[in-house]
Amino acid sequence: MIYSVSAGFFENLAEIFTSTVYLKMIGQGLLSTLIISVGAGVLGLVLGTLVAVVKIQPKNKWLIAPKFICNVYVTIIRGTPMALQLFIMAFVIFAIRGFPMEITAIIAFGINSGAYVSENIRAGILSVDRGQTEASRALGISSGFTMMRIVIPQGMKNVIPAIGNELIALIKETSIVSMIGMIDLTAVAKIIGSGERLASYLVPMLVVALCYLAIVYLLTLVIKLIERRLRKSEKR
Amino acid sequence: MKRDKKQKFIKTQVTPVEPCDETAMIEVQHLTKKFDDLKVLDNISEKIYAGEKVAVIGPSGSGKSTFLRCLNVLEDPTDGYVFFEGNNLCDLRVDINVQRRRMGMVFQHFNLFNNMNVLKNITLAPVHVAMQDLRRAQFKNLWLKFCNLFKGKDKKITVPPLQTSAKKIKEDAAANAMRLLKRIGLEDKANVYPSTLSGGQRQRIAIVRALAMNPKVILFDEPTSALDPEMVGEVLQLIKELANEGMTMVIVTHEMNFAKEVATRVMFMDGGHVMEQGTPEEIFTNPKNERLKEFLSKVL
Repeated sequence: MIYSVSAGFFENLAEIFTSTVYLKMIGQGLLSTLIISVGAGVLGLVLGTLVAVVKIQPKNKWLIAPKFICNVYVTIIRGTPMALQLFIMAFVIFAIRGFPMEITAIIAFGINSGAYVSENIRAGILSVDRGQTEASRALGISSGFTMMRIVIPQGMKNVIPAIGNELIALIKETSIVSMIGMIDLTAVAKIIGSGERLASYLVPMLVVALCYLAIVYLLTLVIKLIERRLRKSEKR
Repeated sequence: MKRDKKQKFIKTQVTPVEPCDETAMIEVQHLTKKFDDLKVLDNISEKIYAGEKVAVIGPSGSGKSTFLRCLNVLEDPTDGYVFFEGNNLCDLRVDINVQRRRMGMVFQHFNLFNNMNVLKNITLAPVHVAMQDLRRAQFKNLWLKFCNLFKGKDKKITVPPLQTSAKKIKEDAAANAMRLLKRIGLEDKANVYPSTLSGGQRQRIAIVRALAMNPKVILFDEPTSALDPEMVGEVLQLIKELANEGMTMVIVTHEMNFAKEVATRVMFMDGGHVMEQGTPEEIFTNPKNERLKEFLSKVL
């Protein structure tokens, strides 16, 4: 039967929530979306911090090459579409049979996110008063330790909202992993919608949208908590 | 001189290094500092001996602060050298961090670390230094143990036991910090953040933070300029106490009365030169330089 009976909206909804097969599929999609987002987020933060720290160093002959690499990295990653980067990562660089797709996706999204995060963090580091660094250096603390314990913690506080923005965008951007054949939340919605039992995209897409909304809302709460924690020192 | 052979390690190379005076605590040789084309310091040579309290006065823009910041190389000199106890601070082979640990510095805007509470502010540097030494000792012991694996039974090196532990270092630093806080009467503020404190309290804590490293000399960069008139007294009182204990100090200040009271030598700077210097009596009662007379008539 090509044209299945077009059931009503609520019947479709009931169909999804009562069928264990569909629920299981959504659960699996949710899991893979979460794995990719968390992995890419962490990778992006680490990479972004490293790139930002290299980029703000003063002129030094040992840092000419690393700085050039960082600049090229940020330029290329920000200047090309995410989908293209994902394709290259999956079908050129990690075109190995049996290589786990999750890792490919995590690396691709992490590298992409790192370029954006690095500029945010650089802004944060630059926003910290120069006097803080000077005071620390005058006490005889090395520049690396100063950066780690004094400048970055204070700079992070200022860029938490911007980084939250970037993480949220990252979570929703992971929906394009279906292009390389991974099954995430969006792919699940497409599969369910094109199935025999309910030939309608609207309901599964809405359900999946709710899942995304839930993830993002939870993330917002967590970010709020972290920000409040970091702003503890500003209380008067 | 040994240093002359390897001039390439030295940042400023225009003038050759002269042998430094070992009796002076800080020696400055032909110090010149340029910001682009603006010459802030022009060929200053100066010696500061242990126990001296040097007050640097002068109109704004005369290079006082830059001179002070050059003393612990927070600003790299364009030309000339700074010696601290015989170590050339402009030499890249000298570990500048080790030298700076023995020179405290107090800033105009306090610069307390905003992300840490008062106790952490004071203990950060001592704990960092002690932990570095501890880690180095641990690594050395590990290496000795590794070497022992390849040696005969009777040839084994005895591994020296560690003198301290991380816990003990932290406790010692905290105890020392509390002692210093008690001295300035702020022991109840140990666990608050700097943003809750008044300017005078912050500056006194900044001084204590410098003291926690047991420095040989303290550099004060206009310590009272950013304070309310009400708060100035308590900070100056603390500096006076330190001076009476025999600490070597270099103070850039606009408080002429304070300079008169505390300093053993007053230096008048203008246009990047040291125009006149001498004991406070000479400078304030019998100034010779025209520029100094004009300056004193305005501020006194």
